[in-house]
Amino acid sequence: MKLTLKIWRQASPEAKGNMVTYPLDGVDGDMSFLEMMDILNEELVNKGEEPVEFDHDCREGICGSCNMMINGQPHGPQKLTTTCQLHMRKFNDGDTITIEPWRAAAFPVIKDLIVDRSSFDRIQQAGAYVSVNTSGNTQDANSIPIEKAKADEAFHSATCIGCGACVAACKNASAMLFTSAKVSQYALLPQGEIEATDRVQNMVRQMDMEGFGNCTNTGACMIECPKGIKLENITRMNSEYLKANI
Amino acid sequence: MKIFPAVHYTMGGLWVDYNLQTTVPGCFAAGEANFSDHGANRLGASALMQGLADGYFVLPYTIGDYLADEIRTGPISTETAEFDQAEKDTRARIEKLMNGAGTHSVDYYHKKLGLIMWNKCGMSRNETDLKSAMDEIAELRADFWKNVRVPGSADTKNQELEKAGRVADFLELGELFAKDALDRNESCGGHFREEYQTADGEALRDDVNYAYVSAWEYNENPRDAKLHKEDLVFENVELKTRSYK
Repeated sequence: MKLTLKIWRQASPEAKGNMVTYPLDGVDGDMSFLEMMDILNEELVNKGEEPVEFDHDCREGICGSCNMMINGQPHGPQKLTTTCQLHMRKFNDGDTITIEPWRAAAFPVIKDLIVDRSSFDRIQQAGAYVSVNTSGNTQDANSIPIEKAKADEAFHSATCIGCGACVAACKNASAMLFTSAKVSQYALLPQGEIEATDRVQNMVRQMDMEGFGNCTNTGACMIECPKGIKLENITRMNSEYLKANI
Repeated sequence: MKIFPAVHYTMGGLWVDYNLQTTVPGCFAAGEANFSDHGANRLGASALMQGLADGYFVLPYTIGDYLADEIRTGPISTETAEFDQAEKDTRARIEKLMNGAGTHSVDYYHKKLGLIMWNKCGMSRNETDLKSAMDEIAELRADFWKNVRVPGSADTKNQELEKAGRVADFLELGELFAKDALDRNESCGGHFREEYQTADGEALRDDVNYAYVSAWEYNENPRDAKLHKEDLVFENVELKTRSYK
């Protein structure tokens, strides 16, 4: 497969970036998108050029770091799939592929395709936890009965990998889908009740402070989310927020 | 669908004491990074269990205990000879990586090392292969430090430089890995020495001579690493051979 890649290159957070075109030959349909990037980088290094920097870790769709805007879509054209699990067979010989980093004020570019997503960490730290005493007398979590439907919902919300595709897809660069998934995961369980009021207030405050935009119910976040996190989470967070403020 | 075995986890890790403290005072290693919980075998979710157990139940007490003695220590100045030396060493190492002859990429060395490890230090290993693996890795390491090519600058984020630092470590650890497998003249857990098997191809353990943990002390060259034997003492159970038959 012969491809033309148009990739965002930016040397540092302060530098002015630009799109650079790279022809790439010998791409196999069985390669993952990141393996294709590895091939490009090895070529660049062998030519004495600087490789394209991109984040990656597990390459099995659970760490949430392989974030790329591929032809204008977060994580590329395949539904419910992170960039690392996207295969080149989804593209055709002769294609031109545009690759950019996430674009959001709250995700500043570090270098090339790598953005700083620590704003997500700070939203997590603001309340996405339950306090548990680990003194050795910890109550077994399974001893608290939870109805199956709720447990399943909470589990589904917890599958959010925090990649930021929701922000990248949103015209307002809103982090509502991410934040609401983290709020919902606890709001649905009895273990989360104790800190429910503080949690939603602190997390929403942090989200606003980080400079994420607001939600206008477009729903692009849900369409692009590689884990299929549902818009209902945003509804739940809004009702939790209302409850906490009355 | 293609199905292929792949390396997923390596048994062992940094030596730690009962409080999860390494040989460097104040430096604790938790989870998969330390050696302590799982011995020579690895079952599903081992790494998860080790991370949770260390993080929830051990470190909250042992780090606190360590820090209790440091409560009046105050800020530690960086204007010390030790700090200067550490800074100088780190800079020298980075400079050496940045100024290689530039013949081969970091990936080139990583792949070569991977192939040696895969072919000669895999689940099934023997004396001849392990010995030649040690020599090949030593040779590859020398070549790496002379000829590696790291593009870009050391003053910005540089993933190739980060990778070069890791591959440099792998090139030492790989040789130690082979040396350790060579030292253990028995088969146990994930270590199957072809010379030590029963007539029907099962692992043949030697509890008389090898019921110990091998703790290797770093000594510049991996082949000069010093072995410390920590006896495995079983008080409540007796050592037996597990059979799935």
